[in-house]
Amino acid sequence: MTVERRGLGSSRTGTSHWWRQRLTAIALAPLTVFLVGLLPVLAAATHEEFVEIMRIPVTPVALVLLLAAGLYHMKLGLQVVIEDYVHGEPVKVGLRIALTLATCLLAAAGIVSVVMLAA
Amino acid sequence: MADMRERPLSPHLQIYRPQITSVLSIGHRATGIVLSLGAALLVLWLTAAAAGPDWFDIAQRCAGSWPGYALLFVFSVCLVYHLLNGVRHLFWDAGLGFELETVSRTGWAVVAGTVLLTAAIWLLGLAVAEGP
Repeated sequence: MTVERRGLGSSRTGTSHWWRQRLTAIALAPLTVFLVGLLPVLAAATHEEFVEIMRIPVTPVALVLLLAAGLYHMKLGLQVVIEDYVHGEPVKVGLRIALTLATCLLAAAGIVSVVMLAA
Repeated sequence: MADMRERPLSPHLQIYRPQITSVLSIGHRATGIVLSLGAALLVLWLTAAAAGPDWFDIAQRCAGSWPGYALLFVFSVCLVYHLLNGVRHLFWDAGLGFELETVSRTGWAVVAGTVLLTAAIWLLGLAVAEGP
């Protein structure tokens, strides 16, 4: 297999990828603490109690931020895993497309669910 | 790749003795991959809650089962480890803590912190979940 040399360096968007991984990491530090505090409360909740907690504004706001930052952080990380271990160009591009689409699906499903519960 | 065959290769990974630095490094990636599954399940759980009480009950029963608890425990270990080691990475990004001795010391601190924090989370979490 030949790999075309594009002469653009290892990546055209390396710095921005690196920076966004860190930016989301910083955002996720406090959001993770919030999640760890919230989960035991929600774990034992009935549906009625769950909805009640979701109607306190801080819960949906933090959850939407957590989903956005967390899933983007996940996407950036898994992208590097794919790039490191998958060497065939067609498979690599295919997996990266699948990753982006799956991330969007998770983000949409998660955020819409939170908004529905909070509304 | 035929022309690559005779070229010298760097020693393979299995040659090296595992060190705290290398083990924690691959551990960060491994826990990140596991947490991706956790993120997907978190979204599934929220979706079930939004779908109504019937779906939510199914999700709650899955999470409250033995395999559910085992999975939640694995996720909690991975989350605490990835968070603590992630902070360690952020300090490196700021150019701090690169001395070999410091790297090793913060590495062991992450291991100890993961054990202690995970234990604390489960002790407090179970107390909260079971109620007064």
